[in-house]
Amino acid sequence: MEFTGLFFYLVSLLILGGIYALLCLALNIQWGMGGLFNAGIAGFFGVGAYTSAILTTAASGKHLGGFSMPVPIGLVGAAVVAGLTGWAVAKICVRLKSDYLAMASIGIAEILRLVIVNESWLTNGSLGMSRIPRPLADLTTGRMADVVFLGFVWLIVLLVFLASSRLYDSPWGRSLRAIRDNEASASAAGKDVEKFRIQTFVIGCAVMGIAGGLSAHYFRFLSPTATDPLLVTFLVWVMLMAGGSGNNKGAILGALAIWTIWSATEIFTNRLPPEWATRSSFIRMLLVGLLLQVVLQRFRSGLIPEKSPPVRFEEEEPERLKH
Amino acid sequence: MSEFVNFYLFPALTIGSIYALGAVGISMIFGILRFAHFAHGDLMTVGTYGVLAAAALMPVNPLLLIPFGMALTIFSALFVDRFFYRPLRALPTIYTVIASFGIALVFRSLIQLIWGAENQIFSTGVRPPLVLFDTFRVSVLHLQAIVATAIIAVLLHFFLTATKTGRSMRAVADDPELAEVSGLDTAKVVRWTWIIGAALAAVAGTFAALNTSAHPNLGWNLLLPMFAAAILGGIGKPMGAMAGGFIIGMAEELSSYHWIGDSALISPSYKTAVAFVIMIVLLIFRPQGLFKGRLL
Repeated sequence: MEFTGLFFYLVSLLILGGIYALLCLALNIQWGMGGLFNAGIAGFFGVGAYTSAILTTAASGKHLGGFSMPVPIGLVGAAVVAGLTGWAVAKICVRLKSDYLAMASIGIAEILRLVIVNESWLTNGSLGMSRIPRPLADLTTGRMADVVFLGFVWLIVLLVFLASSRLYDSPWGRSLRAIRDNEASASAAGKDVEKFRIQTFVIGCAVMGIAGGLSAHYFRFLSPTATDPLLVTFLVWVMLMAGGSGNNKGAILGALAIWTIWSATEIFTNRLPPEWATRSSFIRMLLVGLLLQVVLQRFRSGLIPEKSPPVRFEEEEPERLKH
Repeated sequence: MSEFVNFYLFPALTIGSIYALGAVGISMIFGILRFAHFAHGDLMTVGTYGVLAAAALMPVNPLLLIPFGMALTIFSALFVDRFFYRPLRALPTIYTVIASFGIALVFRSLIQLIWGAENQIFSTGVRPPLVLFDTFRVSVLHLQAIVATAIIAVLLHFFLTATKTGRSMRAVADDPELAEVSGLDTAKVVRWTWIIGAALAAVAGTFAALNTSAHPNLGWNLLLPMFAAAILGGIGKPMGAMAGGFIIGMAEELSSYHWIGDSALISPSYKTAVAFVIMIVLLIFRPQGLFKGRLL
C-alpha cells in the first residue's frame, strides 16, 4: 500500500517534471541560446493549453470546441497557435533590450490572460473547460493511465531535447550564440540579427505551447488559474538558472531538481500544525525565491554550466590554411 | 457632465496619483541603478501592510500611520539592496532584474505568511462624499490622494533642484560616467534613491488599498501601468514619471467612458490592458518617453 502510493506519487512528480522540463528547454532556446528575456512564459503556456483543449474536447455549448480531434493533432495545434502568437509578439518586441522585452512580454501575457478570463464564448471564462481527453486513453484504465501518460510526456521531452541539442550544435545555433554574446560583431559578420531572434522566439513559444497542451490533457480540466503568471513563469526561470542556462541537459536537470524540491516541501509542510498548513504554499514560494538569490550569487552558471561546442572545421580547412 | 466628473474624472485622477507615486521610484531606480525593478509593486504592498499593522494597534485615520509603512518599506528596500542586489552590481544588470523577480516573490510570500492571503480592509467607516458646487459629489479619499500627490510633487521638485543630494541624483541619472568622474558620492545617491522610491511606494500602496482593499497582489497588479508611466515620462525623470502616471491613469479610466453612443468605449474588464498596450506601443515607437529620458 505504502509502496504503490509512493510509486504513483513518483509518476505524477515525473509527469509534471517533464512538462516543466519542456518549458525549461523552451526558455533555454530563448534565453540560454538567444539571450531573449521572455517573462511571459505563462501566456504562451496558456495559449497552448486552451488550443489543445478546444481542438480535442467534444462539443459543448459553453465554449468554442467540439472538434473531438486526436490529442497529437491538438498538441500540433497548440504548437502552431502558440508559435504564431510568439511570432506576432517577436515581430513587435524582439528589437527591445532585455529589461524592456521583459516588461513587454509580461504585458502581453497579462493581456492573453484577460482574454482567457473574459471571452467566455471561447474559453468558458473562469468556469473553465472540463473532460479534456488523454492520449492513448484506450490502452489502459484506472491509475495505469498515468504511467502511459508519463511515457508520452517524456517521449516528447526526448524529441524536443534531441531537436534543441541539434539546434545548439548547428551553424544556426552558433550564429545565435554569437548574436547573444556580441550583437555588433555578429551583425558585422553579416548575420541577420532580427531574423535569428524572431526564429528563436517562435521556436521557444511553440514548445511552451506543447507544454501547455500536455498539462491540459494531464489534468483534464483547464481554468484561467492554470496560467497564473507567477507560478509558471517564475518557477521556469528558477529552474533554468539553477540547472545552467545555455545547456539543454542542465535545463532538464534544473526542471527536475527544482520541481522535486518544490514537491518535497509539500510533504514537509503537510506535517506542520494546521494553523500553518494553510500557509504552506507561501513558505514554499518564499524558499524558492530565496533559492534563486543563492543561485544568482553563488552558482551563477548552474548545475551543468554552458559548454560551447568546439568549432568543427571542414576537412580541407587546415590544408587551405597552409597556403 | 456631473456623471463624468464623479465616476470617471476623479477616480482617474486618483488612480493616476497612485501610479505617479509608484512610478517615481521605478523611474529613479531604472535611471540610477540601471535596472527594471520588478519588485517595486510588491514594495508598495509591503508599505500597505505596514500601515495596516499599525492601524490594528492604533485606531486613528490610516493616513496618519503612513510613516510606519514608509519606515517598513525603506528598511526592506535598503536590506534587499544590500544583500541581494549589491552583490550582483558588477554583472550585467539582467542578473539584478532576475533577482528582483525573485524578491517580488519573497515579499509577496512573506506578506501572505504573516497576514494571510485574504483581502483586508481599513476600518474607516462610511464617509459621505463632499459636494462641490452643488453638483459634483467627490469621495474624500479621492481628494486626499490627489492633494497629497500634488504636495509630494512640489516637495520632490524642491528636493531635486534645491538640495545637494537631489542635484547629485539628477546628475547620476543624466550621465552616470560624468557624475562618477566629478566625484559624486554614488553610494549616497543609491541610498537616497531607495529611500525616496520606497517611501513614495508606501504612500501609493496605502492609497490604493484605501481605494479598494489590501491584498497580497495589490502592488503586482499595479506594476505594469507604473512601468508604462515611468517610460512615458522618460526613464530617470521623476517629474516625467509623475506626469506619466496621471496620463496612464486617465487613459485607463477614461477608456471605459461612453464617448460614442451609450456603451463603454472599451469594456471595463479590459481596462488594465489599456496601460499594457500603451506601454508596448511606447517601447516600440518612443522608448525615450515624452520628456526625453535616457534610453537604456
